[in-house]
Amino acid sequence: MSLLSIKNFAVEVDEKPILKGIDLEIGPGEVHAIMGPNGSGKSTLSYALAGRDGYEVTGGSVTFDGQDLLELDADERAREGLFLAFQYPVELPGVTNTTFLKHALNAKRKHQGLEELDALEFVKAVRKKAKELNMPDDMLKRAVNVGFSGGEKKRNETLQMAVLEPRMAILDETDSGLDIDALKVVSDGVNRLRDENRSFLVITHYQRLLDYIVPDHVHVLSAGRIVKSGDKSLALELEKSGYAEFVDAA
Amino acid sequence: MSSANAFVTDAKESARETAEQVGALGLDKYKYGFETDIEMEFAPKGVNEDIVRLISSKKEDPEWLLEWRLRAFSVWQDMPEPQWQKPHVPQIDYQDIYYYAAPKQTNKPQSLDEVDPKLLETYEKLGIPLKEQEVLAGVQGAPKVAVDAVFDSVSVATTYKKTLEAEGIVFCSISEAVHTHPELVKKYLGSVVPYSDNKHACLNSAVFTDGSFVYIPKGVRCPMELSTYFRINAENTGQFERTLIIADEGSYVSYLEGCTAPQRDENQLHAAVVELIALDDAEIKYSTVQNWYPGDEDGKGGIYNFVTKRAACRGKNSKVSWTQVETGSAITWKYPSCILQGDNSVGEFYSVAITNNRQEADTGTKMIHLGKNTRSRIISKGISAGRADQTYRGLVRVMPRADGARNFTQCDSLLIGGNCGAHTIPYIESRNPTAQLEHEATTSRISEDQLFYCLSRGLGEEEAIALIVNGFCKEVMQTLPMEFAVEAQKLIGISLEGSVG
Repeated sequence: MSLLSIKNFAVEVDEKPILKGIDLEIGPGEVHAIMGPNGSGKSTLSYALAGRDGYEVTGGSVTFDGQDLLELDADERAREGLFLAFQYPVELPGVTNTTFLKHALNAKRKHQGLEELDALEFVKAVRKKAKELNMPDDMLKRAVNVGFSGGEKKRNETLQMAVLEPRMAILDETDSGLDIDALKVVSDGVNRLRDENRSFLVITHYQRLLDYIVPDHVHVLSAGRIVKSGDKSLALELEKSGYAEFVDAA
Repeated sequence: MSSANAFVTDAKESARETAEQVGALGLDKYKYGFETDIEMEFAPKGVNEDIVRLISSKKEDPEWLLEWRLRAFSVWQDMPEPQWQKPHVPQIDYQDIYYYAAPKQTNKPQSLDEVDPKLLETYEKLGIPLKEQEVLAGVQGAPKVAVDAVFDSVSVATTYKKTLEAEGIVFCSISEAVHTHPELVKKYLGSVVPYSDNKHACLNSAVFTDGSFVYIPKGVRCPMELSTYFRINAENTGQFERTLIIADEGSYVSYLEGCTAPQRDENQLHAAVVELIALDDAEIKYSTVQNWYPGDEDGKGGIYNFVTKRAACRGKNSKVSWTQVETGSAITWKYPSCILQGDNSVGEFYSVAITNNRQEADTGTKMIHLGKNTRSRIISKGISAGRADQTYRGLVRVMPRADGARNFTQCDSLLIGGNCGAHTIPYIESRNPTAQLEHEATTSRISEDQLFYCLSRGLGEEEAIALIVNGFCKEVMQTLPMEFAVEAQKLIGISLEGSVG
């Protein structure tokens, strides 16, 4: 059974149809990549799945582990184990990374009926994960994403993901703005989280990221529809031929 | 009128707007809306010379103090209400207020055991931190926070007196100090805020009933945070507290003032006066967390917080820091200020003011530079939500003798929703060409991006806003003593409940 089941999913933004019937089944442990040209609806898909205001669902259904995802608010989706790694991570002045992570983790643990972690346990666990991502301790003390470089921001997204241990992670153009070293660090971080239960939806414009995070399935999104699906070789094909044929096809 | 004159002079600029009556909406969840049922002893409603005399005799004032009160009262009668503030202040009926109410006690309690258990219950409901409850309850091994609990005008318990006495520190109610340390009280009372200073301070001088007195002797570093809880309890009781803190040469003290008030149907006037005096090389840190009742949903109630707080950095190298977290009251109208007389003296003002629903605040500070190389620093964070309106008003004045004076001012406003207001009114007057004055101001909103980012990590909307706002206020919150910081952070969340959605 699919972990995330998307059927005929249609979404409007400002009364303009963007997604025009998406079908996608993501099983536990699978990594799916969605590729597509600019304006094809990639970010709309990630925001709509995460439950952002302003992304109006006009048709179709999405179930997450058998549950109607669209019934849930954004924060409830997150607590159920859906995670969105942002293309442009947001700055929160004055809120330290540690504080933010602690609030996020405790919100989830509370939802699961677990005790809040004590401060010491928490800091230890976070430090360990930060180290794996080459993040120095002082980054944990800094305000969320404030003054972070592009690479640091993406590493920070990956750290949040590692701490929150989602069942389903959506990576929205995680490779944008990354140099090759940062890309490796972030990809390693993601790969470390891959297991038989956790699924990923990797949204990207470029094939490059998929050299590092190797997908099980690749889909091409164009003009709000999935126009082609295949295995990882589809990504390589696209790298050579570009999106032109799909743009025309749509 | 001297304290207000800077603002009065500019009254035209801060044109009075017809705001809607305060308190039309309110927090329905006001946590501290309860009343302790304790027998009260009232003086009749209203104020006149006889009432002033009655209060004076109830407090067993010496003759000089009675005279001082009477002089204040006579000046007050002819003094017009100030008109320069931004909030709309409804006409206050001074004759409809009780000026004296005290829990009935035939004898003063000798120990906490003798204190009415209902008072202790009240502290519990207030959520006074457990540590401090223990202090109040006299538990052995309780942490060192000295609490002078002011309950409706009369100090009922003062703890840790002995530890403090060993250092020569005096920490008691001001009415006690009038008797035990008359020379200090006589010398300093009204020396920073003269009785004729402004309408509300003037009334306070005439009718003040209690408050705290602190004296730190030369060279003594007060070994604990001194803490006072003010509460307004009796119906229609104006609260006229008077606080006097004197830090003698080379001494240090950190003083915490926390406030909550029970739910009331009538607006209540709180016109306190706080005077701080720092002599050579002395330092006073004064922290306030204020969450008085802001008014209920039906537009009833809510405290008028019209407090005059002023510090004199009288000695060279002296320093005073004001930190305030203001979340309550229907109208907050106050300017904790520093008069920097001593050369090299330092004044600081750190403020977080949160207004939600129909609350209004007009707050800020005054830094008056008189001495050479005096420095001041102002960090103000204003958060407005609901239909609230908030003004930062600050004066930085450099006098001719104040060579090398410096000021840095930063005023940041954060708006939540589209129906609230934030205003920044800085007054900067320099009469010395060597002065360096900086002013920075920003106004921002909680962005939809920030909110969604937090939600996407599983935080609820209110938690997200509290977190973002706490981040916004961080610079100020960091200056609070630990005992207060946690409480204050929670308070920010509580104050903003219902501000979204």
